[in-house]
Amino acid sequence: MKIWAVSDDFAPRCLKMHEMGIAMQIVEMSIASIPEEMKNVQVERVNLKVGKLAAVIPGSLRFCFDIVAKDTPLSGAKLHIEEIPVIVKCNECNKESVIKELSFKCGACSSGSIEILSGRELDIESIEIADG
Amino acid sequence: MEIKIVRKVLDVNEKMAQENREMFSEKGVFVLNVMSSPGSGKTTILEKTISSIMSEINCAVIVGDICTTNDAERLAGTGAPVVQVNTDEFGGDCHLAAHVIENATRNIDLDSVHLLIVENVGNLVCPAEFDIGEDARVVVLSVTEGEDKPLKYPLMFRVCDAALLNKTDLLPYLDYNRESAIDNILQIHPDMPIFEISATKSEGFGPWIDWIKNRLKEKLNRSPFK
Repeated sequence: MKIWAVSDDFAPRCLKMHEMGIAMQIVEMSIASIPEEMKNVQVERVNLKVGKLAAVIPGSLRFCFDIVAKDTPLSGAKLHIEEIPVIVKCNECNKESVIKELSFKCGACSSGSIEILSGRELDIESIEIADG
Repeated sequence: MEIKIVRKVLDVNEKMAQENREMFSEKGVFVLNVMSSPGSGKTTILEKTISSIMSEINCAVIVGDICTTNDAERLAGTGAPVVQVNTDEFGGDCHLAAHVIENATRNIDLDSVHLLIVENVGNLVCPAEFDIGEDARVVVLSVTEGEDKPLKYPLMFRVCDAALLNKTDLLPYLDYNRESAIDNILQIHPDMPIFEISATKSEGFGPWIDWIKNRLKEKLNRSPFK
């Protein structure tokens, strides 16, 4: 039986840290959003929304971002992370509740039949560019 | 000056995953993403699962590991076509992404496959974030790992459709609280189907196999499959 071995040599490298690949994406998407006529600007801040359930550690992300941003318009930029709570909607009573402890049940009726409304975000909201 | 972007960081992966999903639907292939920490018994479970169902269901496997083709060689012994993805020769990606799956499928004749199993890289963190276009996700937890794993990795247990509690043959020799492990899984994901199995002893596979077959029937809208 033939085994096809495929090497993933065309993907961004994770370099053994999950957040590295994410940091690379953030830098790439930020640079792509800068209008052509403003290409020599310095980005001061990148605003992210990261859900509490997302598999991202903010400290690791900042560490990786600082490395990846070096020698780009984002060099020295601050990574601002807004943490989004886990909010669920109950399919039984329709109420929304915030999941604070690790128990995924409706806060009103304790049903386990819930839908996650927020808390899994990994979004880049905006970048802030130095004036002048 | 603020420039609005408002995009998901994993946008590119999500778009690719959706394209994969459409391709698999068009080809009539059910895709099962199997995830766990390293050493929980994924490969043995899949060896036994595929051997059990191959007479009725055409299977293929994509195996993700950072290094080696060891798991692919074992799974090839079942007779199913196997593609091994090594994420880096010297250590690299800790998960499989959608574009990697798409690339790997070019080595499989999907027209003759009913069930494509993806044995993801052993990791309870990152694979949970990366949609690959699958129809169902399962997480494997073994009784040698600690009852509180679900609480430590809530996203993984939240996004999966079923859990396999493996190595149950070792319970008589361990100080393991099986009820606590199950309670913890259900705390994170109430009503999650949990299949208690021993892959090495081939015990407990009946309900797990039935679950797979039912999911296939739901998607492929037919039975038998061959």
